[in-house]
Amino acid sequence: MSMADNTDAALGEGPGGTIAFVRNTPVEAMPPPTSMVGIVGWARANLFSSPLNIALTIFGVLMAAWILPPIFKFMFVDAVWTGENRESCINKEGQAPVGACWAFIRDRFAYTIYGSFPVEGRWRANIFFLLTAVSVFWALHPKAPQKGWGMLFAFVFTPLASYGLLSGANPLAFLSGPVWFLTGQGGVGISAFWFAVLFGTIYFVATNLGVEGKRALTMAGAGVAASVLFGLIFDRIWSTIGLSQVETARWGGLLVTLVVAAVGIVVSLPIGILLALGRRSQMPLVKFFSVMFIEFVRGVPLITVLFMANTMLPLFLPESWSPDKLLRALVGIAMFASAYMAEVVRSGLQALPKGQYEGAMAMGLNYSQMMRLIVLPQALKVAIPNIVNTYIGLLKDTSLLLIVGIFDFLKAIETARIDPTWAAPTTSATGYLYAAIVYFIMCYGMARYARNMERRLAVADKR
Amino acid sequence: MQSVQGQGARPKVSPLNDPKVRGVVFQVILTIAIVFLFYTAISNAVENLAKAKIASGFGFWNNIAGFAIGQKLISYTDSSTYGRAFWVGLLNTLLVAALGIILATILGFLIGIGRLSTNKIVNWMSTVYVELIRNTPLLLQLLFWYNAVLKALPEVRDSARFGESIFLNNRGLFVPEPVFGNAWSLVNWAMLLGVGGAIGYRFWAHRRQEATGLQSPVLLVSLALILVLPLIAYLIAGQPLTFNYPAATRFNIGGGWQIYPEFAALLVGLTIYTAAFIAEVVRAGIQSVYKGQTEAAYALGLRPGPTLRLVTIPQAMRVIIPPLTSQYLNLTKNSSLAVAVGYPDLVQIFTGTVLNQTGQAVEVVAITMLVYLTISLTTSVLMNWYNARKALVER
Repeated sequence: MSMADNTDAALGEGPGGTIAFVRNTPVEAMPPPTSMVGIVGWARANLFSSPLNIALTIFGVLMAAWILPPIFKFMFVDAVWTGENRESCINKEGQAPVGACWAFIRDRFAYTIYGSFPVEGRWRANIFFLLTAVSVFWALHPKAPQKGWGMLFAFVFTPLASYGLLSGANPLAFLSGPVWFLTGQGGVGISAFWFAVLFGTIYFVATNLGVEGKRALTMAGAGVAASVLFGLIFDRIWSTIGLSQVETARWGGLLVTLVVAAVGIVVSLPIGILLALGRRSQMPLVKFFSVMFIEFVRGVPLITVLFMANTMLPLFLPESWSPDKLLRALVGIAMFASAYMAEVVRSGLQALPKGQYEGAMAMGLNYSQMMRLIVLPQALKVAIPNIVNTYIGLLKDTSLLLIVGIFDFLKAIETARIDPTWAAPTTSATGYLYAAIVYFIMCYGMARYARNMERRLAVADKR
Repeated sequence: MQSVQGQGARPKVSPLNDPKVRGVVFQVILTIAIVFLFYTAISNAVENLAKAKIASGFGFWNNIAGFAIGQKLISYTDSSTYGRAFWVGLLNTLLVAALGIILATILGFLIGIGRLSTNKIVNWMSTVYVELIRNTPLLLQLLFWYNAVLKALPEVRDSARFGESIFLNNRGLFVPEPVFGNAWSLVNWAMLLGVGGAIGYRFWAHRRQEATGLQSPVLLVSLALILVLPLIAYLIAGQPLTFNYPAATRFNIGGGWQIYPEFAALLVGLTIYTAAFIAEVVRAGIQSVYKGQTEAAYALGLRPGPTLRLVTIPQAMRVIIPPLTSQYLNLTKNSSLAVAVGYPDLVQIFTGTVLNQTGQAVEVVAITMLVYLTISLTTSVLMNWYNARKALVER
């Protein structure tokens, strides 16, 4: 027994242990060696962990030392910040060669934003920028309230309002279409056609929302009457406001780039969804046409699509229509973006388990209800990162418009940089640097958003 | 109970609600609409072309083109036909695409691996490269390389000179042009023999390793076969290779091989742009290989090199190849931006000059699109075949 007592005491049981030299608490952990923590430890782990790593570090540092200082010097130290014309940016005897000619950008900044949009009408372009920004945040920000209204705002209100603001034409003129033959804007045929389109649209929406046969018909009739009335009243209001007309040839700069990108974004999503559904449809002809369109457009470079829209579209339409040059380019861009969007949406649809379709059908939902309520919300959610990536591509692709003679942001810079007023050795490089910064901010912002969404979605899937 | 009795006869529904009837009706309407659209477009086009007095058909193919082309791989003069110009353009497109693909693959793989490097500096530099390049338009980059870099090079009379006979100025890079003597064919045959021998040796070594477990120095023997054989042939044939050196004359540089700035700008731009995308593809591919695979290989006693070569890369390639192919296609399609820097590719020659001269928009655009479509569709057919062969075979 005494033996056991001794052992207990030797193990230092409790504070009342009898042997003083035995600890009764664990030893505090020693701090890690200084070479393993802090900056030194980080560098050892990340920069000098192996001979190869050391070689890479030396190589990297040399590269950075070779590339970064000249860029910094060009952009800030040797840069010219103020000046009236090329005089301030040309090399002078006995001085270091000039760096970036920021004075040139300051002078031509408004030109690169608005092009030749009338100076007194620039507030209209500014409101367009504001509407676009609000739409983007409202529709895309994950925490924005009232997402449905945000979508409506981004996809219906903003396009119409922007069209009215920028062109000065009544954006709701189509509402009074059924009575155009009375006001002499078009023949009876066109009026009847518009009547049918409006009637059909309202009827389709009403039946899909669950309104039954006769009531839907009455609703459509009343809807057409109301829209005609509203259209006529709005026409009056619009002409009293009296915005001056600005033809699209005068739009330019970042304004045009954003208009084209916005139209591409707004148009390509619905058409892309339709094409994707068409490609997965069980109706052979629908599938055939969708596949043909998608594969054809994806198989050729954008520039040839733009050439086609630019030179062939006027041939295919009656001579009297002669579509506006910007409109032609928009058709080309929209076609191109839709085909790519269709593939992105299709990949989202394919990621959805079959049980979702079968479950929807078992609930007795019809095709449009199944797609609208069950399939598309889930498929599009999965596809959001790729949709945004397609939008980034679209925004970058708008720069190709300069080749078919549209005055976009890049074209504004091209025009400004060869202007003799500012001809200096570094004008071109400065112009391109500025353009790169502007494009980078827009594209990188979208890319970060896509990555964020990807992470959020991954969290949701992990549960 | 009633529903059970009624199982035999389907309930009567109005044909308006029968999905089959609806499907047929919808397809018929769609087809009529599309046919009508095409019919109207074509009849409008015929009418408009007749009004503008523009010829139609492909008769222009054999007419004299009458314009000059700077860079050409096959002989072409002012008096050549439009058809000849087409081939010049197509070959130029294929040239820049092929070189671009090779260079972009090398650069892209390096940067993609750099993105995964544990070395923070390399990692950071690769990331900056990828983000900067991917988020600015290709056209902007091309214009930058052409207008801000290559056009800013010195004038001809102040050409930069490297060594005796390499000149760099704003008209391009001038390098010695190799001139092959008659006996050069011997070297070609030797090289062919060397490559064939190397493939045969590799095959034999593989068989031997499977049978006996003995390894052979495949790399060394192959290198020896491919390099030494032609070298011996070259010496035997009496060194049939001379150079045509460029020489500076008063206003220009004569002789030698001229690498045009348009070509260089396009090649550099396409390479750098596509490499950023390839880097992301490579990174995703390598990351997709489950870590347990590497650990298992180490547990079996494989060293890091063979692990990478025999375990990781073959599995990563399955993920890498399909998007890599679509990047190659993108590069080929993007080479059409040549038109912005004036490199005479298919689009620049055909939808540019030829379209302006003949006015036959429909035919010219159709031919150009057909070429790209052929390239794209052929590649996707090959790709599907490859995917089917390499797809993971599951139980």
